[in-house]
Amino acid sequence: MRNDYHNPDPEKLVAMFERMLVIRETEEYLGAQFRAGELPAGVHLYIGQEASGVGICAHLGDEDWITSTHRGHGHFLAKGGDPYAMIAEIHAKSDGICGGFGGTMHVADVARGILGANGIVGGGLGIATGAAFAAKLEGNGKVAVCFFGDGAANQGTFMEAMNLASLWKLPLLLVCEHNGWSEFTRSEVATSGRIIDRASPFNIPGFEADGNDVADVWRVSGRALESVRSGEGPALLVTYTYRTRGHVEAEVNFLSQPYRSEEEVASWVAKDPIERGAALLAQGGIAEEEISAIRARVKASIAEMAKRARSAADPDPARVRSMMFSAAEA
Amino acid sequence: MAKRRMIQAINDAMFEEMERDPRIVLFGEDVEISMFGDTKGLRERFGPDRVRDTPICEALLTGMAVGMAAAGWRPVLHMMFANFMYTGFDAIANQMAKLRLMTGGQMKLPITIMAGFGGGRSTAAQHSDCPYPLFMNLGGVHVAVPSNAGDAKGLFKSAVRSDDPVIFLEPGGRGGEMGEVPDGDHLVPFGRASVRRSGSDVTIVAISAMVKLAEQAAKQLAQDGIEAEILDPRTLVPLDEDGILASLSRTGRLVVVDEARDRCSAASQIAAVAADRGFAMLKGPVRRVTVPDVCMPYAPVLERSVYPNAERIADVVRELLNCRDYQ
Repeated sequence: MRNDYHNPDPEKLVAMFERMLVIRETEEYLGAQFRAGELPAGVHLYIGQEASGVGICAHLGDEDWITSTHRGHGHFLAKGGDPYAMIAEIHAKSDGICGGFGGTMHVADVARGILGANGIVGGGLGIATGAAFAAKLEGNGKVAVCFFGDGAANQGTFMEAMNLASLWKLPLLLVCEHNGWSEFTRSEVATSGRIIDRASPFNIPGFEADGNDVADVWRVSGRALESVRSGEGPALLVTYTYRTRGHVEAEVNFLSQPYRSEEEVASWVAKDPIERGAALLAQGGIAEEEISAIRARVKASIAEMAKRARSAADPDPARVRSMMFSAAEA
Repeated sequence: MAKRRMIQAINDAMFEEMERDPRIVLFGEDVEISMFGDTKGLRERFGPDRVRDTPICEALLTGMAVGMAAAGWRPVLHMMFANFMYTGFDAIANQMAKLRLMTGGQMKLPITIMAGFGGGRSTAAQHSDCPYPLFMNLGGVHVAVPSNAGDAKGLFKSAVRSDDPVIFLEPGGRGGEMGEVPDGDHLVPFGRASVRRSGSDVTIVAISAMVKLAEQAAKQLAQDGIEAEILDPRTLVPLDEDGILASLSRTGRLVVVDEARDRCSAASQIAAVAADRGFAMLKGPVRRVTVPDVCMPYAPVLERSVYPNAERIADVVRELLNCRDYQ
């Protein structure tokens, strides 16, 4: 029986709304901390793109694999990563999910199937294809989901991954989060044709979703993942979205001129996935008070975790040399 | 003990290890037909899930090895010629070598990448490199460089059992060389050099295919009454620094023979170790016999002009012995 992915039920919608809020609150906090000089490095915020990661990860369990990008906080949290451990990591504390060794661009939780944010654009393509091969060998219905941006879609490994995954019928969902920018280069300058059209030459089904509408992402990715889990091979999903906060929070410090108009940003802020999510909840009969209560609860919870993370211990430099090889730490 | 060709010894190791551990999966370009012979027969024995040919897409394959290992498997990736590892270098350098540290130790990456390396066969510049100095500098990968059949088997078995990435480089064109392979489950530990010949006048550290040339040079030198001690490091990461220094303490002189280009070669590193930790033992300068900083030319006469040989090694040893002692 095929699932009907017409609409997420209210309970699912509430859970996804809350997860988007967790990402938003965490990243608003991190952005403010960076601007206050409290973080050792700039952060690449997912603000504006939350619906994409959340709508897709709502279909995944801990046993499924994801790979992420340099803009990876959202995927980490959408897949169920612990916000405290992520905030502590970005604050460079020993309580961090990677013990302070990875930082903002490398948050990973292998036990939850999060194979890591990645500082190399397109770096997840090979890793996710390998995890999908592993899942295929295990034959127990696991999938691998590779998140990447429209910038990474111009890496040769994107073509290589589609070719091999299609030939081997790997359970791989390739998710291109199309935010229109390759760092500071506009998509039209970097990308010929439409990325979604790159799927069919490899006999891969292509799916497209409004990346700022969590319900649409949930519906479309549900269908795409059903195809992937059925053993028919990989699928490509393109979610159209926008990063409202720029490439990296540090950019105001080094850019001599703006690279996009205020109108462009404003047009996407008007399509904010969280406010659209709240509207969906209201349409679904969720009371305004309940929505406000969720917002207040998430805000308080992230604030408490952030406070705890700031006062956590620094990592111990004595561990650095033992981290390269497993034998050294044994 | 059994007499085996080096390539057969590696093939034996693969059969034994894949039999022992069902999580080992071999993939790469033409592993089914096996151009070198090291993966021959594995497809027939272990089937298409565990042994499979891939498209030619090295940049993806190295990344896939990372993903498979992170997902709990033990991939062996055959990259045919070591030069092709450059095409797949990104995931080796940026993912494989770094993810253990970057994830705070969460990610275990039991990966073996194997390839044939080195020159001497007119394969020209793009099929004859010795890329191990690059791998040595990455930090997070082990590097194994066997010189003979027995070590090749033992090092390969250790490589696939390691929980960390290992670059396993077979000396190209030497696969047919016969050697003694110990019976049973023969494992060679990483980071332990082997003394191939004892001598008191000079230590020659020779890497992989260079061991044979060093042995030829030692025979010539012995006719002049010069006794060379030959050390085969067997792995470059980890490097048996103590073993090299122990030999140096017996001889006081060090020559390093390395098929890599001279600049920043493995020989450079070994020379630096001797200078740092063995300075007081040195009776003369550390000398390196390497390939000059050129790409390998095609014509046999040109290749011979830059490739190390026994005469060059012997000449360098004689020069070193003529050098007035420092102490």
